[in-house]
Amino acid sequence: MEARDFLALTPMLIVTGTALFVLMLDLFLREERRGWLAGLSLLGVVAAFLANLYLPTFGEPLVQGMIRFDALTQFLNAVFLLGCGLAVMLAADYTRRQGIARGEYYCLVLLSTLGAMLMGASADLLMLFLGLETLSIPLYVLATFLRKNPASQEAGLKYFLLGAFSSALFLYGIALLYGATGTTKLDGVLQGLSGAMGAAPGLVLGGLGLLLVGLAFKAAAVPFHSWAPDVYEGAPTSVTAFMAVAAKAGAFAAFLRVLAISTPALAEGWALVVGWLAIATMALGNVVAVVQLNLKRLLAYSSIAHAGYLLIAVAVGGTGALSEPASAGLLFYLLVYTLMTLGAFGVVIVAEGRGENLSLEDVKGLAWRYPWVGLAMALFMVSLAGLPPTAGFFAKFYVFRAAVEAGSWGVVLAIVGVVASVVSVFYYLRVVYYLYLRPAPAAEAPAAGGQAEAEAGRPVYLSRLAAWGLGIAAVLVLFLGVYPTAALQWLTEIAAAAMGAVP
Amino acid sequence: MELVWVVLILPLLGALINGLLGRRLPKRAVSGVACGSVGVAFLFAVNALLDLLRLPEHERVFTQTLFDWIVSDGLAAKFSLLLDPLSAVMLLVVTGVGFLIHVYSVGYMGEDRDYSRYFSWLNLFTFSMLLLVLADNFLLLFVGWELVGLCSYLLIGFWFTKPSAASAAKKAFVVTRVGDFGFMIGLFLLFATFGTFDYLNIFEEAPQVLAYGGALATAITLLLFAGAVGKSAQIPLYVWLPDAMEGPTPVSALIHAATMVTAGVYMIARTHVLYELAPLSMAVVAAIGVATAFFAATMALVNNDIKRVLAYSTISQLGYMFLATGVGAYAAGMFHLVSHAFMKALLFLSAGSVMHALGGEETDMRRMGGLRAKLPYTSTVFLLGSLGLSGIPPLVGFFSKDLILEETFLSGNTTLWLVGLAAAVLTAFYMLRSHFLTFYGKPRYDEAKVHPHESPPVMLWPLFALAALTVFGGVLWISFLNFAPFEEFLKPVFEGGLLAEEEAHPAAALSTGTLLLLSVLAAGLGIFVAWLVYIRGITVSEGLRRAFRPLYTLLYNKYYVDELYTALFVVPGRKLAEFLAGAFDQGLLNGIVNGIGRIIDALGGALSRVESGYIRAYAAWMLAGALIILIYLYLR
Amino acid sequence: MSVPILNYLVLSAVLFSIGALGVLIRRNALILFMSIELMLNAVNLAFIAFARQWGDVAGQVIVFFVLVVAAAEVVVGLAIIVNIFRTKETVDIDEIDLLRG
Repeated sequence: MEARDFLALTPMLIVTGTALFVLMLDLFLREERRGWLAGLSLLGVVAAFLANLYLPTFGEPLVQGMIRFDALTQFLNAVFLLGCGLAVMLAADYTRRQGIARGEYYCLVLLSTLGAMLMGASADLLMLFLGLETLSIPLYVLATFLRKNPASQEAGLKYFLLGAFSSALFLYGIALLYGATGTTKLDGVLQGLSGAMGAAPGLVLGGLGLLLVGLAFKAAAVPFHSWAPDVYEGAPTSVTAFMAVAAKAGAFAAFLRVLAISTPALAEGWALVVGWLAIATMALGNVVAVVQLNLKRLLAYSSIAHAGYLLIAVAVGGTGALSEPASAGLLFYLLVYTLMTLGAFGVVIVAEGRGENLSLEDVKGLAWRYPWVGLAMALFMVSLAGLPPTAGFFAKFYVFRAAVEAGSWGVVLAIVGVVASVVSVFYYLRVVYYLYLRPAPAAEAPAAGGQAEAEAGRPVYLSRLAAWGLGIAAVLVLFLGVYPTAALQWLTEIAAAAMGAVP
Repeated sequence: MELVWVVLILPLLGALINGLLGRRLPKRAVSGVACGSVGVAFLFAVNALLDLLRLPEHERVFTQTLFDWIVSDGLAAKFSLLLDPLSAVMLLVVTGVGFLIHVYSVGYMGEDRDYSRYFSWLNLFTFSMLLLVLADNFLLLFVGWELVGLCSYLLIGFWFTKPSAASAAKKAFVVTRVGDFGFMIGLFLLFATFGTFDYLNIFEEAPQVLAYGGALATAITLLLFAGAVGKSAQIPLYVWLPDAMEGPTPVSALIHAATMVTAGVYMIARTHVLYELAPLSMAVVAAIGVATAFFAATMALVNNDIKRVLAYSTISQLGYMFLATGVGAYAAGMFHLVSHAFMKALLFLSAGSVMHALGGEETDMRRMGGLRAKLPYTSTVFLLGSLGLSGIPPLVGFFSKDLILEETFLSGNTTLWLVGLAAAVLTAFYMLRSHFLTFYGKPRYDEAKVHPHESPPVMLWPLFALAALTVFGGVLWISFLNFAPFEEFLKPVFEGGLLAEEEAHPAAALSTGTLLLLSVLAAGLGIFVAWLVYIRGITVSEGLRRAFRPLYTLLYNKYYVDELYTALFVVPGRKLAEFLAGAFDQGLLNGIVNGIGRIIDALGGALSRVESGYIRAYAAWMLAGALIILIYLYLR
Repeated sequence: MSVPILNYLVLSAVLFSIGALGVLIRRNALILFMSIELMLNAVNLAFIAFARQWGDVAGQVIVFFVLVVAAAEVVVGLAIIVNIFRTKETVDIDEIDLLRG
């Protein structure tokens, strides 16, 4: 290990250290001081975020060829840490209400973030696997964190069993690629791939296929999505919010790394398979979301649908020379997705009270009682639907444009994407409609008993930290929607550099 | 001039503050923020105008890029503002008249439950309109264009618990959408042709890229005009405007008289370079304009609702503006836009004052009358507005309308001129008719219950200000004295227009003086007839009355256009929907959109059952997916 | 005498398939989990065989990492299963179907 290895690992080490420290500190804290845990975790995340931004980047793999710390890693780390920080902010008060504000909670969130960071930085398939597991295992525990709650138990079990199953498939894929090329280093695999295609095409194709399956599971792409709605619904909402972002962002970060090992000969098949996954994912996610009345489940299907849009970028990104706009679009989409999904779940978190599942009926008229929260939710919904002037619009715009430029298959994908987005407008705006639906005062009058309750409505538990979290997410969504240019230029440079680094 | 963005941003700030905090602020603060933001914006607009005047005539174009809005290889758009004489004029009208209407609203809406919501939307509208006016490219113009439509929808339906208001809002939204559809296609065509949305680039390249009178130029301009027809309520898409009167009266004054509905005129004036390449489109604009001017005027003749009379009058006056732009007299059209903004805002606000005096909701002139003594100020300013709109000198309406008729005549199309002149007679008649019905004669309201009273000062002062503008506004352009600062100011924008060429032909059949006299005579005739009928009360012989009965019925029912549209579009649409719905799912479906929605619903329901909850089933799905992928990869 | 590499690979594939089938067929959460472990170990076998073939020690090192990960999964998985057994008194996964749709 050299000094620069430690430099590159600094953000991850900070996160790990914070996780362990929070875990220990929990033992010495009195019950009423538990709030410190969130604050401390947040401090660690901010420190890692700053360290990540100001550290120098390196062109070649570090830590014996395991880790890359290039501009792409830097950006992905920033996204993960942003997601983690917002998730912690939103979770602080919620976990207190649920009685699960323990050190383990924040420790696990931080460790899971570490896993995502390892995935995004990996230069070796083994590292990718370890990152995937470091991401997933804490999530299994978090999903079942409400130990006495049957739904949460079930969510944990389902996620665990299916997750372990998919990990096994993923690992088998790595083994096959190793068998074909004799290495697990990504650039080594790439070099050996053309030769291996001639010698043992079965190993190469099987390996890539299973790798794809493992990542598609984490990204919740159809038909590997089926765990997502159940787990999202059953898990504590603060966990769902984090999971929806971390697991997906980690998976797509890995996609970006793995994209580098698709030779032109393989790219076409890759594009077709991933493209079909994208089509299935967009179609199923959006169509099933239409019939959902439970908000968490609706958002779960929405997150599946968004995996579909992201997959479009992956599908057209693999085809050689055009990968730059697609990668930039993918990264921008990831950032925006992180913000708007955390925001939307965040509103569910603050509106949820004590763990009962929110249905659309429950948020009726919420915007009149809590105008800020209502406005934020409306903004996130509009952004998820991909309408201007929000970031969601440009995210879709850039991905679809990259697709259209990538040729006829890309055009097909973009058209499906646009149609799917139109369907999605329906259910997203329905949420907004319910938020702003004020029952006519006169009509309510006869039900005198229920009226007081209906008028007062459900309370919203908006702690200061959660309000800041929602505010940051909302402002960024709006800002990126009005002025996406700077972010996109940055991302284009990253994509160019990252694609150039790998021959 | 660098501060022009402040004009834009202030109303937005006002809207945000009132929208988010308004419910917690005292009313006084809400009014302060709303009026203050627009008022200060007006001062900044004046400042921008003065800066502009300080520059030499041909350098009066100032663009300010706030930021790069969209940057990508295919499509680039800047968020930038364009300040030139044309946008400066609009800027002043929007902020100036807007400010007066904001102040008036403080009194008019004082008792409303949703006071802060009203002002935040009104401010949002002001922002959107300013965005539309200041945009320096078509994309930004379109954003403003849609935003004003949205605000109009929200404000028409402001009292959304009233079914008529809700349905009027919906109607406005749907009908203008028809025009916007054409507008959008026009924008796409523009972009496909020029590869940019920038005004200055497009206008510079247009003469080289588009053939004079070519199909492309004609198509683009006609499609853009479709948007203007919707937004500015011209034939055949005017039907939403009369219904829009369901909104609060100050809203009618601001959005549906002074500013938003004139966006179409502004748009054509802005893009006149394109229109001049398409003589056919120019002719269409002029024809639709003059036809609308005449037909809307006939419908105003017999309507008994004071606000609807004003609405039809607005449609008719907008027709005049389109007539002017259609014959290439852009400056004259813009002048009428400004003068109409003064007069119509005045009329609407005084009508609001009358409604206020009668308790708030009364708009039927058959239940008014005799209000002259009770409402001396309101009655005077309403008379000024009526006379102005009729074209009586020296009020501003006389100068602007006469100018349009004169330019039309000089353009050589006598038919257009004659129809325009006839519409002027009708204008004078219906305006004075509504004045007489409202303020003269015996009271027809319930004197036991209603005790009319003059409005509070906060409502009267805006009226006086607008009345002053109506009286003295004419000095901006006194054509027969060749005193035309307004035209001089706008000249750099419209240079090279048809107007300049036409003036080279002095061979007009009638002299300017004769035309002037004819205009005044037309107005006088209308007023005289109104006086005869409603003041002298001359009775028409029974035979004559019976002879005109069908015409009256036709006019009273507004040519049955609403019924026609219902029969032509709404009913078949619904029938088709019912048919389709029946085909899929008897009795459940009720419309095309619903039909598709139901299919997706059913599909979603079926697919969500696949989500069975069983872990083993999920694992099976995953394994099957993996196998399919692997087999596919091997077989390739 | 050395056994050809292919034999190891076939054995690995067979073990992996048995594991996968076990996941699909068995209803006891514990057995399900053991099937997954079997799949992981099948992969380990493949890694070792490939490492031998390439004469590369890295493949054998990977096995240790996989073992560690599997151990971590066992810890978490057993805890989850025990926790659910406490309330439901069953580990039959077909009876765990509260969440669906």
